[in-house]
Amino acid sequence: MSTAGFNSQNGTGTGQTYANGPTQNPVALQQTPGVGYSMNHQQAYNPMQAKAPAPPGPGLYPSGPYQPIPPISSYLLGPQVTSYPSSPGHPLLTRPPMGATPSHTPPLSASPIPGPRMPPAQATPPPPAVSSSSYYQNPQQPMAPVWQYNAATPPMGPAPSMNTPPRGPVTNHVNQAAGLAGPLPQSAAVYSSAPPPHMSSRPAQFSGPGLPPTSMHGYTQPGTAPPPMAPQAYQPVRPAYGPPPTGPPSSMKPTLPPTGTSVASATPPPPNVDAQCGGVVPNVLPPTEPDFQEGDIECPGTVAGNGPQAANSYNHVDNRMAGPTQPAPPGRHLGHYPSLPPGYQNTSAPPVNPPMHPAMQAATQPYTQAPQPFQQPPGGPGPAQLSPSMAAMSLQSNTPEALRVVNLLQERNLLPPSPVSAPTPCLPQDLQKLNCSPEVFRSTLTSIPQTQALLNKAKMPLGLLLHPFKDLSQLPVVTSSTIVRCRSCRTYINPFVSFLDQRRWKCNLCYRVNDVPEEFMYNPVSRSYGEPHKRPEVQNATIEFIAPSEYMLRPPQPAVYLFVLDVSHNAVETGFLSVFCQSVLDNIDALPGDSRTKVGFITFDSTIHFYNLQEGLSQPQMLIVSDIEDIFLPTPDSLLVNLNECKELVQDLLKSLPSLFEKTMETQSALGSALQAAFKLLSPTGGRMSVFQTQLPNLGVGALQSREDPNQRASSKDIQHLSPATDFYKKLALDCSGQQVAVDLFLLSAQYCDMASLGCISRYSAGSVYYYPSYHHRHNPAQVERFQKDLKRYLTRKIGFEAVMRIRCTKGLSIHTFHGNFFVRSTDLLSLPNVNPDAGFAVQMSIEENLDDMQVVSFQAALLYTSSKGERRIRVHTLCLPVANSVSDIFAGADVQAITGLLACMAVDRSVTASLSDARDAMINASIDSLSSYRQFALTIQQPGLLAPTCLRLFPLYILALLKQKAFRTGTSTRLDERMFAMYQLKYQPLAFAMLMIHPALYRVDDLTDEGALNINERTIPQPAILQLSVEKLSREGAFLMDAGTVMYLWIGRNCHPNFLTQVLGVPNYAALPDNLYLLPELDTAESQRTRAFIGWLRDQRPFFPSLHIIRDESQLKPVFMQSMIEDRTESALSYYEFLLHVQQQISK
Amino acid sequence: MLALLLTAALIFFAIWHIIAFDELKTDYKNPIDQCNTLNPTIDEVKKIKRVKIALKLVLPEYLIHFFFCVMFLCATEWLTLTLNLPLLAYHVWRYTSRPVMSGPGLYDPTTIMNADILAYCQKEGWCKLAFYLLSFFYYLYGYVFSSSRLFTPDYFLI
Repeated sequence: MSTAGFNSQNGTGTGQTYANGPTQNPVALQQTPGVGYSMNHQQAYNPMQAKAPAPPGPGLYPSGPYQPIPPISSYLLGPQVTSYPSSPGHPLLTRPPMGATPSHTPPLSASPIPGPRMPPAQATPPPPAVSSSSYYQNPQQPMAPVWQYNAATPPMGPAPSMNTPPRGPVTNHVNQAAGLAGPLPQSAAVYSSAPPPHMSSRPAQFSGPGLPPTSMHGYTQPGTAPPPMAPQAYQPVRPAYGPPPTGPPSSMKPTLPPTGTSVASATPPPPNVDAQCGGVVPNVLPPTEPDFQEGDIECPGTVAGNGPQAANSYNHVDNRMAGPTQPAPPGRHLGHYPSLPPGYQNTSAPPVNPPMHPAMQAATQPYTQAPQPFQQPPGGPGPAQLSPSMAAMSLQSNTPEALRVVNLLQERNLLPPSPVSAPTPCLPQDLQKLNCSPEVFRSTLTSIPQTQALLNKAKMPLGLLLHPFKDLSQLPVVTSSTIVRCRSCRTYINPFVSFLDQRRWKCNLCYRVNDVPEEFMYNPVSRSYGEPHKRPEVQNATIEFIAPSEYMLRPPQPAVYLFVLDVSHNAVETGFLSVFCQSVLDNIDALPGDSRTKVGFITFDSTIHFYNLQEGLSQPQMLIVSDIEDIFLPTPDSLLVNLNECKELVQDLLKSLPSLFEKTMETQSALGSALQAAFKLLSPTGGRMSVFQTQLPNLGVGALQSREDPNQRASSKDIQHLSPATDFYKKLALDCSGQQVAVDLFLLSAQYCDMASLGCISRYSAGSVYYYPSYHHRHNPAQVERFQKDLKRYLTRKIGFEAVMRIRCTKGLSIHTFHGNFFVRSTDLLSLPNVNPDAGFAVQMSIEENLDDMQVVSFQAALLYTSSKGERRIRVHTLCLPVANSVSDIFAGADVQAITGLLACMAVDRSVTASLSDARDAMINASIDSLSSYRQFALTIQQPGLLAPTCLRLFPLYILALLKQKAFRTGTSTRLDERMFAMYQLKYQPLAFAMLMIHPALYRVDDLTDEGALNINERTIPQPAILQLSVEKLSREGAFLMDAGTVMYLWIGRNCHPNFLTQVLGVPNYAALPDNLYLLPELDTAESQRTRAFIGWLRDQRPFFPSLHIIRDESQLKPVFMQSMIEDRTESALSYYEFLLHVQQQISK
Repeated sequence: MLALLLTAALIFFAIWHIIAFDELKTDYKNPIDQCNTLNPTIDEVKKIKRVKIALKLVLPEYLIHFFFCVMFLCATEWLTLTLNLPLLAYHVWRYTSRPVMSGPGLYDPTTIMNADILAYCQKEGWCKLAFYLLSFFYYLYGYVFSSSRLFTPDYFLI
């Protein structure tokens, strides 16, 4: 049978708590908390937890019910889809499902297990009293309001249950899987039971509407007339959808229309909601009807008019700038706002419903469904929550919010005080729960446009950002003799496939129907048979397989590390050698590998030195090859030696190496030949080559000349020499790539090194580039510390050898361009001789065929690699995204950070192939285009000003930040090497870190408090708000920390509070502050501990080590700090406001 | 006459060019024959080699074209020459704007997979094929015409 072994593996453990599959849910939750309303959810739901797992009806699943489903499933789907158009609140949609699933289940399942269920469900709804009453009354009345109402209430109960399963068992992978299983069966149960009721309701003619009543069964009379919903809306049939997914959705169907409502109601404290609804409703209704048709996008914002959030949105919409903080009385909102969100009406209306309503609703169905409005209430249960931060957070996550109009020219404080999080795709909750973490797999548009024409209309780039080999704290690993894949497109089985029945599954990428192998029928997690949909492969969007021998072309290679060191005079002068040797000595036991691990060393100046480390020698033997034109290996067998067998010799060598070249006067550097020699040495096995270079190679092959004219550094004209001067390094890199050798380049140099040419060696061999400008062991201690820490991470991090990565996507989509370090071997295949956990990739996509009949599309990235232990493994990530067919939906799903990241990659390409000014123009145009197309196609009310949807409100800011980034700035003195390095980093860094490079975070740290602090490992980490990058935010009385990814600046104001100076910096007064300080003294004071905890926490979040510079007014680095104030004007660049004006001018042209 | 044969050769090159790029593009998209997608199979390696050979043919193609342009010049076939000049200019431009490369060659293996470049190359291949085909018939016509002029007088003389 199945040999599947299942365990949870710890990644290198950066401390990220990424959970798979089941765990993912928690993750999602975690992210959402930031959002604001999610938090509420959790709390509210907690009590419910116990209930959730209860109703697994596994048996039901297999039963034929699926055929009848179509209407149901479509119904379910419909809501998402339909609702979307109006004002796609992604989060909302997702949410509702959660709530819905559980709630529905009870009623539906009622047939199978009626008794126990119902009570809990009813009990659960937060606003029980009101809802229930309205509920009953409604039945006689026109349905629409009724059912929505109903739905709203029940969902609440269920939602909690959904949450619960994942939450509890998070830690243990196995458990989680089991937990997941719970919900699924439920849905299955629902499924089977559902059809019958559905049918009964059918007579009413509206297939869609019919359902809701069904769900209601428990509560109301089945006889209730189906609300006059627009049946079409629900109809959309989604072929791709598999039963596993379907199951949950089915449960959702009822919820969908109410989704917004349900969520909203769920979140806020029940009493409030009800009361508000009651009060508001009557007033609201009349106005609403007429406006209905308009179906504004912004409507959602206005929603229930609950406290703070609603108020907030309101302001924006009107552009009248009502104080966001003032909670408008619910009634007021409505009044102001011309068009009421249909959702709102429904919810509040129930008691009053005029007969007309249903009809109206039907007409406006899309809008109604969207009733994002309700979401907001969750966000602001009470006025207390109005705090701007909350509002901002919710902006991010709320879809409805995402489309709220913001006038950029008037809104000053756009930056959310906490880091911007990725938007949640508008998927049913059960799918979203399984979806890949946005840290690993992220799309620029979380709603994929249906056609290329639509994409062109929205004028936003479509692409994916990946971090495929990220260190994961939990990763399910599957050992199985057969890995189940689609027979046609070779897709790995994933959570988004559909099971037609127990024996067959349908691929979600090519739609081929495949057989389920016998082995797959057995579930090693639950030890049960016949439930293929509960296998870990189908429960986790990120999973790792141990590959059988078919996936090997040759026996897995051992871990091989070769170090190539520059020992010319210049290199010795910098003193890097001793730091390097010490680091390797310290970490020699931590090098990833097994008993076969090999190491070797090569040093070079004008000659190449090899080191014979053969076992048995009493000391390392140095072999010098001076014929650099025709390089050869003196003793090929003994230069790379087994680390375990020859550890003493290696250690001897490392200890003696720094002193060996102390007196060298050789100034030339034959890097090209050294690389060739190293390539020859590594080519039989493959492996990793680490090159340390301190000057421009000037001898032998690959010699380069200085191309930089220091006088041109600040020129605002076009920057020359961004492309390589020779293709020697590129060709060598391709040879390396062919032999599975990756080259990592460490450049430590004060002078020009031609990063543009040298970088190619890493870029095409999937290596990484590190750059330490002005490295010197005495003069630049901050760089030394950074080098040490980076080296430690570099030596000990996880590594995958002889890797390839293939990205598959649903038929109709195709990959346009890749960005990152690799060699593209075919249209969807990257060759990665080494893969490391710090490498990110970006992919531009294009839509080749229309995605007409699809509700969702999937992307799958499969990374096949050899682990350092000699195991062949496949890591598979699958991302599922909804398809949208309206421009406003696409805007609602835009992920501004991902877009910025992808644009940066594209701009790097453009500056190399065309010119820097071209790239800059292209970026500006990107922001102009997308905002003008938003204005043109997605905006219903034309207003003056520069309007942007909330989700894109940071777009111009980020673009401006890019323009002022080292890589793209002009007019400011920038070394060519630093510029090139910034470009490499933009392409190569995972998005989270690239974003910090682009738009640093500024915190005020002199008044840190424990309020809102995180508590990690018993350390309290204060969470100051992120400030805008403007001098206006600085004050002489404060101390400010700027986190720019690889470097941090702590700016101390001249009149900084003496308390901070003494308690944190340990100096009596400002004048006593040393000029270059790189460390915070470890003082035993609360302030010091807080500051250090905060900085340490920031540092822990990233794999590289950001050095800290403490800056006074007179410091040399102050200009650098001030240049990062990107919202301000500099001599050569526009301020943020000027930039906005420029954009507006261009748009209105 | 010579031009005729050479054009035939050029057509052959153009076809090869198209095939090569088409292969590059669709190569791995038809996965049925790719049982082991993630690994380069021997088949794949062969294909890559073939593509490489095809890419090397670009230079000979340019040279041949250049050669018979010179021949037209010598023969003072102004009309034919003007027809060919645009292509000649295009070739010169294409070769001068090629990426930095130490050896002869036009295509950079690291960027060839970019969808834009791939599409462009494919289009280029089709256009050239059309041009060569047309010129082939034009030369054929010219050849027949001139040979008939050459021979008819004799025929009538008899």
